[in-house]
Amino acid sequence: MARLPDRALKYGLTILAGLILALIVYFFIRLVGQAKPAFAKEGVLGFTFDNDWNVSANHFGALPLVVGTLITSGLALLIGVPVAVATAIYVTELCPLRVRTPVTVLIELLAAVPSVVYGLWAIFFLAPKLQGVEQWFAKLLSFLPFIGGGLVTIPNIFIAGLVLAIMILPIVSAISREVMATVPLDHKEAALGLGATRWEMIRIAVLPYCRAGIVGGAMLGLGRAIGETIAVTIVIGDSPQLPHQLFGQGYSLAAVIANEFGEATGLHRSALFAAGLVLFVLTLLVNGVARLLVLRAARANGGGRSNRQIAPGGPGLDEAVAATP
Amino acid sequence: MSTPGSEAQRLARFNVSPARRRKDKIARATILAGTVLALIPLVLIVYYLLHKGLGAWSWSFFTTDPTGQSFFKNQSIGGIKSAILGTIEIVALASVIAIPIGIGVAIWLVEYGRASWFANTVRFFVDVLTGVPSIVFGLFIYIVLIVGTGSTYAGYKGSLALSLLMLPVVIRSAEVILLLIPGALRESALALGAPRWKVIFSIVLPTALPGMVTGVLLAIARAAGETAPLLFTAAATHETTFDLGKFMNSLPVQIYNDVTSPTTAVVNRAWGAALALVVMILLLNLIARLVSRRSRLA
Repeated sequence: MARLPDRALKYGLTILAGLILALIVYFFIRLVGQAKPAFAKEGVLGFTFDNDWNVSANHFGALPLVVGTLITSGLALLIGVPVAVATAIYVTELCPLRVRTPVTVLIELLAAVPSVVYGLWAIFFLAPKLQGVEQWFAKLLSFLPFIGGGLVTIPNIFIAGLVLAIMILPIVSAISREVMATVPLDHKEAALGLGATRWEMIRIAVLPYCRAGIVGGAMLGLGRAIGETIAVTIVIGDSPQLPHQLFGQGYSLAAVIANEFGEATGLHRSALFAAGLVLFVLTLLVNGVARLLVLRAARANGGGRSNRQIAPGGPGLDEAVAATP
Repeated sequence: MSTPGSEAQRLARFNVSPARRRKDKIARATILAGTVLALIPLVLIVYYLLHKGLGAWSWSFFTTDPTGQSFFKNQSIGGIKSAILGTIEIVALASVIAIPIGIGVAIWLVEYGRASWFANTVRFFVDVLTGVPSIVFGLFIYIVLIVGTGSTYAGYKGSLALSLLMLPVVIRSAEVILLLIPGALRESALALGAPRWKVIFSIVLPTALPGMVTGVLLAIARAAGETAPLLFTAAATHETTFDLGKFMNSLPVQIYNDVTSPTTAVVNRAWGAALALVVMILLLNLIARLVSRRSRLA
């Protein structure tokens, strides 16, 4: 008789876990179903790689959106990752013990600011303040294609990339910190013992050991930057042309959905679902590679004496929380 | 120069060539500069939020609904009451849905599923959920509950979209905490003759509770700031409503709508609302940190 609640609990929870799987698969199938009309008209490749997003002509080629998404997230990585890695090195290797926790907490606070607040701040403060600098920069580098020349608009691709860089900073920094904390003390002491300076120790012992983990963290940041919606929608300028200038307006996959979904009907709506599907698959790929890299780094670093081991059975609490979009 | 410590220091300095020492200094300075650079946006955001947001705050700002008017100077644009209450309602329902399910799945993963292929598949799919962009969750719910049923936006649909977003966070954080509970604790209860469900409900869960509260609060904080999943599920409206079956306003969506307004007063309302939202989220984060500090596990 006492077995009954036991079994009920076991099977109940198993069914619950199974339901989650079923739900995701079901959502995915429904999304594909909704996107079908657009794919049927333009073809899967035609939809993804055609350079013409024209609502009034009922023609939907998402290349400007895909390119906009890739450029802004690429910029975010370019700006955000070096800074994030620097903070991680500073916190784990260089800073006085006293400021370690405050600096960590402050960087984590960046993750607590909602996306819409970043957008608000960027469009009313960051973009107008930086416009002069951007204009100067564009004039200075006017001989370069894409970067130089042209008129700087207030909402532009560069600002979107910059805001994304700020937004992915906490997660890249958190994962780099986790990985750096697993570097065996032996390696560091050996480097110092051979007469290396602090920086040489970091370069010889810490960075090579953490490379896979940092790359994985950067990829998780990339996944996040690709899927980020509201802040980008506010600052990117929402112009569905193939971007021809860094300081000009553009569009992204997520932004087009947020912006046009409300008044879209028929094929337009289906095209937006298709954009959602492309976005979904893109983040899936990026996150898959990222998880693999982080996991492999954690496994490779499993042995040895270190400041701290990665929590058993998966990512740490902070990382699990930080990793959500 | 006579103490052995300083002698060692002198020797060490002697061994490092000036070029290497310069490189070390430059590298350290660059790293420090990078860290400072990372903190600048935070300072600027906090400053502007306080500077612009506090100016918008007043008693009536919190006690009136937005009117939707902004064209004529003498008309009041209203405050953010419906947005605050809407956010609280939507997030509360999302928590009621996501927390029990999330903790249930985490218990299953740790206590029953363990390393079986099925448990690993579930873990993989939870990871997939973690990476899904938040606007796609909105699309999911839109397809199933609005296209699928032929109905329109409603507060509870927004809650469901947010609960999808919270689920992976709750599951992952609860799983991490449950794994930390020593096996000996479970085994001693089992050895005393307690059935498995009783071990889970009277030993495992109470021990893990403080740690799980932290993860749950952080998940709630994250959900409260999300705009994208609510745009096409709960929509936006002006009136305060306590009926989750109706259109419902929320802070992020109202800020998003106000940002695009050409009227300065409306943009100022967005700053005030943004400050209110950030204060709410920071409070949740703060409580989460306090709870986790008191927890015996994490």
